[in-house]
Amino acid sequence: MFILSHLWIIPALPLLGAALNGLFGRHWPRRATNIVSIGSTGLAFLAALEAVREFAQVGPGYWPWMQDYFTWIAAGTFRADFAMQVDQLTVVMLLVVTFVGWLIHIYSTGYMAEDPGYVRFFSYLNLFMFFMLILVLASNYLLMFVGWEGVGLSSYLLIGFYFRKNSATNAGNKAFWVNRIGDFGFLIALFLMFRTFGSLDFASVFGQAAANYSLDLSGHGVLTAIALLLFVGATGKSAQLPLYVWLPDAMEGPTPVSALIHAATMVTAGVYMVARSHVLFSLAPVALTVVAVVGLLTAFFAATIALVQNDIKKVLAYSTVSQLGYMFLGLGVGAFSAGIFHLMTHAFFKGLLFLGAGSVIHAMGGEQDLRKMGGLRKKIPWTYWTMLMATLAIAGTPGFSGFFSKDAILNSIGGPSGMYLWGFGVLTAGLTAFYMFRLFFLTFHGQPRFDEHKVHVHESPRNMLAPLVILAILSVVGGWWAAPELFGGENLFARFLSPVFSFAPGSAAASPNAFWYAIGRGDAPLNHQETLEFMAMATGVALIGFLIAWWFYLRKPDIPKRLEASLSGPYRLLSGKYFVDELYAAVIVRPLVWLSTNFLWHTVDESAIDGTVNGVADVAQDSGGMLRRVYSGNMRSYAAWVVLGAVVLTTFLIWMSY
Amino acid sequence: MVPVSYFLILSAALFGLGVMGFVFKRNIITLFMCIEVMLNAVNLTFVAFSRMLGQLDGQVFVFFVIVVAAAEAAVGLAIVILIARNRKSLNVERVDSMKL
Repeated sequence: MFILSHLWIIPALPLLGAALNGLFGRHWPRRATNIVSIGSTGLAFLAALEAVREFAQVGPGYWPWMQDYFTWIAAGTFRADFAMQVDQLTVVMLLVVTFVGWLIHIYSTGYMAEDPGYVRFFSYLNLFMFFMLILVLASNYLLMFVGWEGVGLSSYLLIGFYFRKNSATNAGNKAFWVNRIGDFGFLIALFLMFRTFGSLDFASVFGQAAANYSLDLSGHGVLTAIALLLFVGATGKSAQLPLYVWLPDAMEGPTPVSALIHAATMVTAGVYMVARSHVLFSLAPVALTVVAVVGLLTAFFAATIALVQNDIKKVLAYSTVSQLGYMFLGLGVGAFSAGIFHLMTHAFFKGLLFLGAGSVIHAMGGEQDLRKMGGLRKKIPWTYWTMLMATLAIAGTPGFSGFFSKDAILNSIGGPSGMYLWGFGVLTAGLTAFYMFRLFFLTFHGQPRFDEHKVHVHESPRNMLAPLVILAILSVVGGWWAAPELFGGENLFARFLSPVFSFAPGSAAASPNAFWYAIGRGDAPLNHQETLEFMAMATGVALIGFLIAWWFYLRKPDIPKRLEASLSGPYRLLSGKYFVDELYAAVIVRPLVWLSTNFLWHTVDESAIDGTVNGVADVAQDSGGMLRRVYSGNMRSYAAWVVLGAVVLTTFLIWMSY
Repeated sequence: MVPVSYFLILSAALFGLGVMGFVFKRNIITLFMCIEVMLNAVNLTFVAFSRMLGQLDGQVFVFFVIVVAAAEAAVGLAIVILIARNRKSLNVERVDSMKL
């Protein structure tokens, strides 16, 4: 029971690593930095494993396991503790974060080897691990918010890691600001939650919500408001419409950062938070519908942008936005465990895709443009094969992890209006297959489109390849939890998470899918035969996407160029990313800058605030100038004034006493 | 027994003299003496009240005042000597180099 009763050890280890490296790393040999950073995250992973073992050992009677360390804030009736909890959802997040984080630390020792900011990088990365673990272990919203803001800070620091590059610092600022908008929503949600429930503890909030509110299709105003505001926070952190704009720019950071923070872990914090608040969302069907629709729109929208991007990391960034949309679609239709399932498999294959892309960039000596790659298959075989596994997984190839998690989401969609959701979801799956294989073919197949005499293509060192291989294995087998479903069995992952997501208001429905029907939006759940048929349809669409990519980029490489010419309007729209950044600049940023400059700066600041401050100073100076004359420098005149004062005072006192 | 008011009147008169001298005289040594007169006027009041109330506190205070006055005289006279050396004058109105 050691780790379970000392859960704080798990986040404390990376924090210690960050502190040691940050304070002393400059004076240490590189080997010491490696030992501290990899050791601390590795130990955190081992501690998490031990925690899971102990969690299984204590048995369902102690689930969820709560550990309260000390009262952090107590003011009036408000109380927030430094308290942690472990349940099945935490277990999944803990293992994913520590394991993928650990692998990416190892990878970074190779990728960042030449970088002068080596120590700083690892210090930030460890700091990120600390905050992420606080986020997933917290047992109240306030502590979760600490982690939430902390990962935002680490993300900002790491996006702007190459701070001499203007674009990198701008991207960091953009990420920070856009996240502030989301965090504002999150904060308001917390205020509203405290006002409604008088507490921010998960157990207390969910308990009261379940006890005091019944399921109502039109929703309870306050619960809907809380859920929607929480979701605003999630759209910021998890890059959903309309706040997704920071994530593609965040690719300015080093590639391992893109893999860890902007693909595998941090951006899934919003998904985790919504899943964690599933009781509130379940009681607010309107909010849940918003989650589903926003998720689906984001998935589709980002996938279309990814079709035509030429930067290898930008394609993956939009793909991440799209896959996060999928997760929200899953949550929105009430399939919370399916959303978390996709979160986990996505962490494996998208982490791998980014690490593979990093390996490609490393091999190409820093080149990120797909148009200048090609034919790398034979030169970097390890990267090629591992990337192939990840690409097959994300495209939803049967047997690979992405197939199971994606179908778990798509098959949870029900009801008459669900057909549209399902249709768009499947269409997005086809787009995903297309753009991923486009990336894959452009990178590894065809003729080299770079000067082979200038670019010395070389396979990455072993410390970069080992994480690739491990993640490749996980990208294949990570979804096999759900495999029994294919043969009429049960989704083991959903069963594992069912104690967490068992809350189903109104009916006694057990599965989230059935819950969706129970609230009157659907007919009977899919039976086994139908499940297989739907899976086959989704896979068929993905296959079409793959075939088109194959036809376009391997068989007839001139077709894409002809299409660009004949469909120049839509092409420009897509390659310009729908001009959302420009729209935001015109509608929000520039008016804000204008207002700040002309009104807040030149009017309020310069006239009102500076005027007041300088005015006070001027008054003091002028009156001082006048009073100065009293000080003649003649001691005896001061004495005369003192005597005069004493006489006046005495006279006054005597006069008063009569 | 002499009423306490006699002492107070004497004390007030002495104090008034001290103040007058301090305000109107120009010689630093005279000013110094005026300060001593004022201090001793206060001492007289202390002693008078001490006697009237039958408590020793006032007399203890007087000793403190005498000690402080002695210290003050030591420092003050040193300053006076320096002023006299530097300015060849004891006129207090010429000690004004800090004046704006």
